[in-house]
Amino acid sequence: MAALATTEGLFDFDEPLATAAPSGGRRRRIRWGRGAILTLAAAYFLLPMYAALKFSLQDINGHFSLSPVAAIPSQPGLGSAFFLSLRLATVTMVLTMLLMVPTVIYVHLKLPRFRRVMDVITIMPIVIPPIVLILGVLHVAPLWLKSSPYLLSLVYVILAMPFVYRSLDAGLGALDVKTLVEASRSLGAGWIATMWRVIVPNLRAALLSASVLTLALVLGEFTMASLDLWETLPVWIVDFDQTNAHISTAVAMLSLIATWLLLTLIVSLDRSHSRRHRRNRAS
Amino acid sequence: MKTSEFAADALPPLSAGAERGRGRRAPGALVRSLRTGAPVLPFLIYVFLGLGIPALVIVDLAFRTKAGQFTMANVHAITSGGQYLAGFETSLKLAFVASVIPGVLGTLLAYAISTSRHETLKRLVASASGVLANFGGVNLAFMFVATIGAGAGVVTSWLARVGFNPWDHGFNLYKLSGVALVYMYFQVPLMMLVVTPALHGLRPAWREAAENLGASTWYYWRYVGIPVILPSVIASMFLLFGFGFSAYATAEALTGGSIALTPIQIGAFLNGNVIAGQENVGYALGLGMIVLLLISVTGYAFLQRRSSRWLR
Amino acid sequence: MTLTQQAATIATPLGALNAGAPVTLDRLVRTFGSTRALDGLSLDIAPGEFIALLGPSGCGKTTALRVLAGFEQPDSGRVLVRGSDVSSVPAQHRDMGMVFQSYSLFPNMNARDNVAFGLQLRRQRSAVRKSRAGELLELVGLSEHALKFPHQLSGGQQQRVALARALAIEPQVLLLDEPLSALDAKVRAELRDQIRELQRRLNITTVFVTHDQEEALSMADRVCVMNQGRAEQVATPPVLYAQPSTAFVAEFVGVSSRVGVERDHAGVTVLGQSARVRGGEAAVPAGPLDALLRPEDVTATVARDGLGVVLHRSFLGASTRLEVGIGGSTIKVDVRSVDSEDFELGTRVELALSARDVLVTERRPVV
Repeated sequence: MAALATTEGLFDFDEPLATAAPSGGRRRRIRWGRGAILTLAAAYFLLPMYAALKFSLQDINGHFSLSPVAAIPSQPGLGSAFFLSLRLATVTMVLTMLLMVPTVIYVHLKLPRFRRVMDVITIMPIVIPPIVLILGVLHVAPLWLKSSPYLLSLVYVILAMPFVYRSLDAGLGALDVKTLVEASRSLGAGWIATMWRVIVPNLRAALLSASVLTLALVLGEFTMASLDLWETLPVWIVDFDQTNAHISTAVAMLSLIATWLLLTLIVSLDRSHSRRHRRNRAS
Repeated sequence: MKTSEFAADALPPLSAGAERGRGRRAPGALVRSLRTGAPVLPFLIYVFLGLGIPALVIVDLAFRTKAGQFTMANVHAITSGGQYLAGFETSLKLAFVASVIPGVLGTLLAYAISTSRHETLKRLVASASGVLANFGGVNLAFMFVATIGAGAGVVTSWLARVGFNPWDHGFNLYKLSGVALVYMYFQVPLMMLVVTPALHGLRPAWREAAENLGASTWYYWRYVGIPVILPSVIASMFLLFGFGFSAYATAEALTGGSIALTPIQIGAFLNGNVIAGQENVGYALGLGMIVLLLISVTGYAFLQRRSSRWLR
Repeated sequence: MTLTQQAATIATPLGALNAGAPVTLDRLVRTFGSTRALDGLSLDIAPGEFIALLGPSGCGKTTALRVLAGFEQPDSGRVLVRGSDVSSVPAQHRDMGMVFQSYSLFPNMNARDNVAFGLQLRRQRSAVRKSRAGELLELVGLSEHALKFPHQLSGGQQQRVALARALAIEPQVLLLDEPLSALDAKVRAELRDQIRELQRRLNITTVFVTHDQEEALSMADRVCVMNQGRAEQVATPPVLYAQPSTAFVAEFVGVSSRVGVERDHAGVTVLGQSARVRGGEAAVPAGPLDALLRPEDVTATVARDGLGVVLHRSFLGASTRLEVGIGGSTIKVDVRSVDSEDFELGTRVELALSARDVLVTERRPVV
């Protein structure tokens, strides 16, 4: 399962959606209604997290204890599982960027009509769900590839495609790429220099958030990894449930929260950066 | 479409043959369009290798016996009733519920968040959507068991103090309704991510123009707001449908295979739980899923094209 | 057919009954954070008048319009229409038609349905709606495009539909928020005339916001020049141009040159001549003075011992604008282009004042 769009600039509107100022009574009713929705949603999303956190801070007898968290570093297999996941994530990210960035930039520059085709192509990974995809991949992949965990990376690139594409597409759409490229070329920069020094820096936010979401995907992808018989972090967590569910839950929550914080950090840093630019540009 | 001036300096000059007359122009143009399309090739090749070939393999194997002969038996097995057809039916039902309800809730939530004035809230929710949309599987299942499981769930015990037990009133986490409830945990964030750009496209000028002409808030939404975002919302729901249909790990973790769902049945094949003579039925199931999902993707693509014209 | 001719063919002059509502803005104040967008703006608008709010960006003209429309609430002050206070009336019920800068047409409706939106709201029967919408579209010259959707129309066409939509509800006041700035020059010029003719025919009180002085001067009955939330001067275009009451107006409207002057018995000494001060003794501020001269207030003659030197020339068509350096200032002078050969760069010239009086203001320190 993958997120489809960038979270960068997600709820960032230059003007609020409802600019009209409703009269007193209606304003109160609107605020009350919105508060109700937000409270219900908060309850639905936060309660299970609370339950899991509570569980991960209990020892085997069910009493509150920090021991599961403290025991995390010393668990057998966790270290190697975590680093395997990290390696897979890194390879996936690098491959995805190498593949998608030049392609999307090129399409924006020279083949605008192709954008619609790309939109459809990058939706395809949903059409073939992971469970089915791994069926086909395992059947076709040569033995030398199957014996390497990086086969998973290659497939993860496909899974990540929908949201990486959308992230880059949105990021590029916000720039006037054609003008930037023409300006850069007219000043004497070659294609590589233009891409590297003009376009990519302006895509920093889109690239970063796409990377973090790829990370989230790899850290959460269980189905394919387990069927391919590699012990990545999610697989380790499930396996370790049998031994000590408190610890494995603690690890799962830790990875979730860490990814969340990382992404929030990136989103915040970028937004303050780009808002400064936006303010400067507005006359 | 205007050709960028810089396309010219990236290409060799047109062959002299193109200048000689009409008949000679065609190959020059073809070569040129191939050359323009060339940089996209690595991407296309990768997608073909990583997605296309496995898909074709599945389609092929769906029509073969274990020995490799062509057969319609697999397809017949899944379409002629029984557990496989029931599996499709249940999966489709689940996907429908898990796309319409989160679709509506996700839209409302996205709107509520975007009209809020608390910057921190917006940021936290934005990143939470990205992370939670990827969340699922055993961890998610466990979180819900720990919350409203029949035994020691946190909320269950709170409710017990007031003397209320939802399990006594027909609630069951391990049945279809429970699975749908759990699915909302990633479907709603996904919907928020996908639908927010469409909400973005609602220009304040429309709202103000409507108000200026005398419309109430309700009138604006009824005749302008909702009609404009509806194609995007429905397109997004098609997407959610696809996800809900293909989700495997969460359902497996919750139900342990007790409900007939197509992804779970496919998983059974992968684990080797096969009846002799039906080894490739799993591939037929995969084919079935692909066909159904292609339909939902087509719906998505069609609606997106329509809405992008309005929301430019 | 011009719009006036088209308007004449329509039997019932639309809006004739509702025409000419007098509008008063009374000491409006609106602050955004630390910025005072409106700083006590007061303005009286006569029934059926076409008044332009003109000023640089940030002067508060759009805010004033939005307060008038009801989209912003003033911190203090009132808005009066036909004498009654509408400050607490929500935008929906103010019965004003507004044309926005761009892209305000509802994308899910065709042109006709857009125009009929206000009528549908007021529960007019379908047949009536269709015929009114049709009349209005004919009025703006877009009958053949009635069934087209906004994304199928050009910018100019969209704004004409927006205008028809605003007029359909027969509003008491018509508000236009820089409706032409997003259009290209040729379309802008055409639409300018069409809007004005339409407004004259229907006699609706109209408030038009723009930062383009040419637009304001050519379209409006009166122009209100705004600066930092206040009205600097409200006058007819000729008066505004010929008799600017403040330095800001003199420099914002039309072209003017600054030159340091000294007081004398008649008023001030400008370019070696004595001249009266516009507005009399009362208009002379204390301290050092500058005079503001329009290019047409000064004449230039070639003189070998002249004190001025031609520094720059711009060909403007019938006239050529010279920039003459004299006594440390640069003064813009217009000469007829047929005579301009005499005034090559570097030519020494003599400048003389040809206006009857001059506008003086506090001397601006040289930076």
